[in-house]
Amino acid sequence: MTTRVPLARLAHARSGDKGDRADLGLFAPTRAVYDWLAETVTADRVAAHFAPLITGPVERYELPNLLALKFVLNGALQGGAARSIRSDNLGKTLGSALLRLELDVPDDLLTGAHPWPTTSP
Amino acid sequence: MKTVRIGSGLGFYGDTWKPVRVTLERGEVQYIASDHLSELTLAILQKDRQKDPSAGFTKDLVPMLRELWPLAQPRGVRFILNAGGLNPLGAQQALATAFKATGWSARIAAVTGDALGDRLESLMAQGIPFDHMDTGASIETVRDRLVFANAYLGASPIVDALGQGADIVITGRVADAALFLAPLIHEFGWSWQDHDRLAQGIVVGHLLECSGQASGGNFGGDWRSIPDMAHLGFPLAEVSEDGTAVITKAPGTGGRVSFDTLREQLLYEVHNPHRYLTPDVTVDLGTVSLEDRGNDRVIVSGATGTAPPETLKVVGGYSDGHMAQAILGYAWPDALEKARAAADIIKVQLAEAKIRADEIVTEFIGYDSLHGPLSDPRHAAELNEVYLRMAIRTPELSHGDRFNRLFPPLALSGPPFIGGYGGITPPRELLGIWPTTIRRDLVEPFVSVHVEEVTP
Repeated sequence: MTTRVPLARLAHARSGDKGDRADLGLFAPTRAVYDWLAETVTADRVAAHFAPLITGPVERYELPNLLALKFVLNGALQGGAARSIRSDNLGKTLGSALLRLELDVPDDLLTGAHPWPTTSP
Repeated sequence: MKTVRIGSGLGFYGDTWKPVRVTLERGEVQYIASDHLSELTLAILQKDRQKDPSAGFTKDLVPMLRELWPLAQPRGVRFILNAGGLNPLGAQQALATAFKATGWSARIAAVTGDALGDRLESLMAQGIPFDHMDTGASIETVRDRLVFANAYLGASPIVDALGQGADIVITGRVADAALFLAPLIHEFGWSWQDHDRLAQGIVVGHLLECSGQASGGNFGGDWRSIPDMAHLGFPLAEVSEDGTAVITKAPGTGGRVSFDTLREQLLYEVHNPHRYLTPDVTVDLGTVSLEDRGNDRVIVSGATGTAPPETLKVVGGYSDGHMAQAILGYAWPDALEKARAAADIIKVQLAEAKIRADEIVTEFIGYDSLHGPLSDPRHAAELNEVYLRMAIRTPELSHGDRFNRLFPPLALSGPPFIGGYGGITPPRELLGIWPTTIRRDLVEPFVSVHVEEVTP
């Protein structure tokens, strides 16, 4: 059984900028959630989610040591923070925009899943 | 066993140094490393320097050290700051003048050579390419609009300055994490070939360079659980000779240092985490271990490094038009619909007035100004209020002024229930950032350290 929920129910994120790139970290609470995210939240899926906002490709990197995925969104900032005329010129809220991504999540990952670990994996 | 304790200074130009004060009082640190620069900051400093050639460094340097030096000096704490921005010698002079006037002594060093400045033209004339790192575009497309270009230097000149006994080292564009790596090399004598230790030093620096972002600030997880953010402590590191570090914060401060707060910062703005490029070492964050010991103590180890790139990164800035913006609010009912109608009126008038706008951004604050097209439309109908924000990019400053003047008439001649009418800001210049690279031998021979002994 799965339930359709936003990624915010499962993980947390932080984003920043470098030139015209937004740079997003996605953080899982447990190894099981990390493994599922690594399989599910592909670069293509993230690119489709951000399609209305970005002009370039999405790169993805895996960090099992941190239970984290890293996404680099190229062409995400209107050419870069210092020339952008958007409110969020630095892309600091794009991390939370990623958490809007809706996914069919296996219920056993949602049960008891706490998105905020306080101990090392 | 010898350890070195380094505290985080500012995380950006505009940050507070109150927590740095607490770190000095209760953190038992030997160094404060302070990051005042981002790509955007250089653009801001360039605008300052255009108005006043003696400016171009961050204005927080003098007031910050006026307050902190009396705490640091008796404890023997040394400062490393990139507050020199585009004018490290100007920053050094300003600080020396302030110290002399107060009757203080200090050995103040400035690092120069990151600015390509006048050399850029001759390098381009020699056919040295400065293609855009990401797009591959030729610099010719912006050449006549370039206003600065600075290479990211590494830790070496800072190590040199510390070796010459500097109490305060002021740099320009240095890789942020190198501000923290330098005192470790100075204290432990790490070899430039010892890439794993250098990588650990960079990881420590990267964790600390954004001040409160490693100790519970801007935390995307359970932010409600972060204690006493009003008195958030900045992170500090206790580093051992082998590079292993404990990240913590001063006792009695708010915030949190944990596996979770640190992993968010570790991946922040590094691009490829398996090849995090710095001038001193290329770092793989995939081998880093964060071991949470509780009570705001996390042991960081395991970073691995390889040789740094053959080239240095350069950040250039070029004039890229002006931005004008206006913000005004509409109340329920139909707040969003009214704000949209107002935007349509402005667009018609903008076209009729032949105001040059290369780009128009229309945002509805309270609805979509941050997530844009990813915002959830289900919330649109019953919003209590919506602020319309419109911004244009225009090549002409005067057209920005003319854009701004379209808005006041909306108060009486547009959709009803307007409020919060104070958001029309004067046009400002936009700077585009040109990231590129340069061969080391075209920069490093020009880097120098200027030490000044300040006495009353």
